[in-house]
Amino acid sequence: MPALDRHLLHRFGLLLVILAVGLGLSFVTDTFLSVANLTNVARQVSINGILAVGVTFVLLTAGVDLSLGSVVALSGVACATFAHPGDHTVFIPIAVGLLTGAACGLVNGVLVTRGGVAPFIVTLGMMTIARGLALIFSGGRPVANMSSELTSLAGDFLGVPIPVLCFASVATGAWFFLRNFRLGRHIYAVGGNENAARAAGVPVERVKLFAYGLCGLLTGLAGVVLAARITTGQPNAGQAYELDAIAAVVIGGTSLAGGVGTITGTLLGVLLIGEINNGLDLMGVSSYFQAVIKGVIIVGAVWLDRRQSRS
Amino acid sequence: MLQALELSKDFGGLTVLQPTSVDFLPGEVHALMGENGAGKSTLMKVLAGLYRPDGGHVEWRGVQADFASPHDALVAGIAMIHQELMPIPDLTVAENITLGAEPCGRFWQINRPAQRQRALELLKELEANIEPDRLMRTLTVAQTQVVEIAKALGRRADVILMDEPTAALSEQEVAALFRSIARLKARGVTIVYTTHKMDEVFKLADRISVLRDGRLVGTSPASELNPAKLIQLMVGRELADIFPVRLPPTDEVLLEVSNLTREPAYRDISFRLHRGEVVALAGLMGAGRTEVVSAIYGLQPATSGEIRFKGRPLSLRDPQDALAAGIGMVTEDRKGLGLIPALGLGQNVTLTALREFCRGQMIDHKAEAVAIRSRVAEFTIKATSPSQPIAQLSGGNQQKALLARCLLGDPDLIILDEPTRGIDIGAKAEIYSAIQGLARSGKAVLLVSSELPEALSLAHRIVVLRRGSVAATLDAATADQETVLRHAMPL
Repeated sequence: MPALDRHLLHRFGLLLVILAVGLGLSFVTDTFLSVANLTNVARQVSINGILAVGVTFVLLTAGVDLSLGSVVALSGVACATFAHPGDHTVFIPIAVGLLTGAACGLVNGVLVTRGGVAPFIVTLGMMTIARGLALIFSGGRPVANMSSELTSLAGDFLGVPIPVLCFASVATGAWFFLRNFRLGRHIYAVGGNENAARAAGVPVERVKLFAYGLCGLLTGLAGVVLAARITTGQPNAGQAYELDAIAAVVIGGTSLAGGVGTITGTLLGVLLIGEINNGLDLMGVSSYFQAVIKGVIIVGAVWLDRRQSRS
Repeated sequence: MLQALELSKDFGGLTVLQPTSVDFLPGEVHALMGENGAGKSTLMKVLAGLYRPDGGHVEWRGVQADFASPHDALVAGIAMIHQELMPIPDLTVAENITLGAEPCGRFWQINRPAQRQRALELLKELEANIEPDRLMRTLTVAQTQVVEIAKALGRRADVILMDEPTAALSEQEVAALFRSIARLKARGVTIVYTTHKMDEVFKLADRISVLRDGRLVGTSPASELNPAKLIQLMVGRELADIFPVRLPPTDEVLLEVSNLTREPAYRDISFRLHRGEVVALAGLMGAGRTEVVSAIYGLQPATSGEIRFKGRPLSLRDPQDALAAGIGMVTEDRKGLGLIPALGLGQNVTLTALREFCRGQMIDHKAEAVAIRSRVAEFTIKATSPSQPIAQLSGGNQQKALLARCLLGDPDLIILDEPTRGIDIGAKAEIYSAIQGLARSGKAVLLVSSELPEALSLAHRIVVLRRGSVAATLDAATADQETVLRHAMPL
């Protein structure tokens, strides 16, 4: 079967799973299928969604970014530091948060491309460096006293939560970009076969740098949104966020080997993970068990998918 | 003793071996002959347990044998010497030779002196003078080949499959190999042998099986064949038919390479290429042909020397520089340096010249689709649709797609490294006519080919490389295979 049909089947299957889990949850709990709860789910998945879209770019180039969670914390702290009431207009702290994330991503990218260090190691290093910097800049304490303009970013706009709007526009933009831009095509080519892409004249280094930089920028955005939501810059925030993001991307059909994957897949993966988190909460499952169940579901979903695509 | 019964093998929808039955007798040297891509290596690999057949089965000593792995076949008594050498570079010669059959002591510890002794004996049988304690990576290609042969001998196998064992050997080494083959034969060992060298076949083989396009043409005693008959069986038609007529080149120098050097691969390489001309680089495996053309494409820049293109010196750091100047290349390593397997056929074709189908940074999908459709038709690439992943196409269609990719950017110099390796004769003929078409339209082609008839019939001139240096530059109209080989062989 041509790969295109397989992707379609994969996405369709994932959609069915999401609907089936939703159906199950609406029977088991009486709260799942309510506007309030579904809005809440959408709000909860936004941050993971923004991260997942960003890391999709990196995974497509056959790389990986383990520093997402720490960079979320660092960007949040950086943003909050400039967001005290009366200090600056609201755009300054937002820009600081975004640029902090982008800078971390670019450092990752430069080390991967110019330094020739494996992405796993580079971003593992960035994971502890960014966490350390977040603790240093905040003195280990949450950066509180943020202006209401900034915290209002966690509010609604025309009845829709702003984080959800951020996620939606990021996902739409990424989908459009990968489909219609030359650089988008190049990302697939580099991930599919880096040496062949280089031999075909694709500027491999620039493409990778872009992927890591963009991932960093979106991580910065996630950091700003999180800071607005919890109204502080938390140096300990975002622990293990990279795991949920990468899991969502992989469940969505993106290959860790690179070159294969779509934003729609990532979107569905994000929704499935969000739904499961919410469902387990509603059913009152203890967080200890939640961790185990989630792990089993992630590995199981990917295993099923790979088994399907092999046959 | 060993029988192939209706064996067949597919790769991703392409049948590389049609149902084929051959029997191999004890103590015979059985040559498998055929062009590249005829299915010889595939048949051998099925016999050696490296590939599972898609149809038919192998019979071994009268019993159906399902070798699940090369190890199973080895245990049963069937060893294979591979065309692509598979040594472990950081182990010693002795360790490589005894790999998987190390002489062990009481506590499963390796008995080093016995291991060394064993390696020495086997190398002596091949009359080879290689120190068993040397690291494999320090050996030449020829020495590596000898070690691989020793390794197969050491298995005390009843059947030894040799896939082009002499491709990299010098004449003395070949003679030594032939003497050990004679000794093995006397012991009743069956040798299955492939080679591209006609004289070898008639010196060695008792029986010859000819394969063509994955089909067995027939098996007959070597005494009933002669070289001319054999070639006719292998090719199935006169070779002259498939080579289009050459037109004389122009006087305008397009490419001038002077003293190009990158030690230890090649040194002081100088030659010229005119518009309208096809020049072939000939030479043995490891002579530096691929390395030289890779430098001209910027894949692996030379360390010194000059490349002048259209009269101006070029500095090439990567393929982007070469492409910008008007140099395109189809690489030898289709899988490693050519295909983006997960992308569709169409997207593979437009990858290099994508900019031409863009408005600003955005792809104009309509213009791209039009270009893809016309290229797929022009090169008669067979695929279910332009979005079919290129990995699913046959080798010939993949190769035509990569040629289309290279030509889409309209380069003036086209480098083709083994453009017809492993593809069927129909696709070959199409690539040949494409090459002549390019020359006629005032472009220049730099061709690397291991198939001498191909190089001699397509090129105007042949530059022969030997161990990284230019050994001779020959006029293809007057040169013959022997002359080229004489210059190519290390003295």
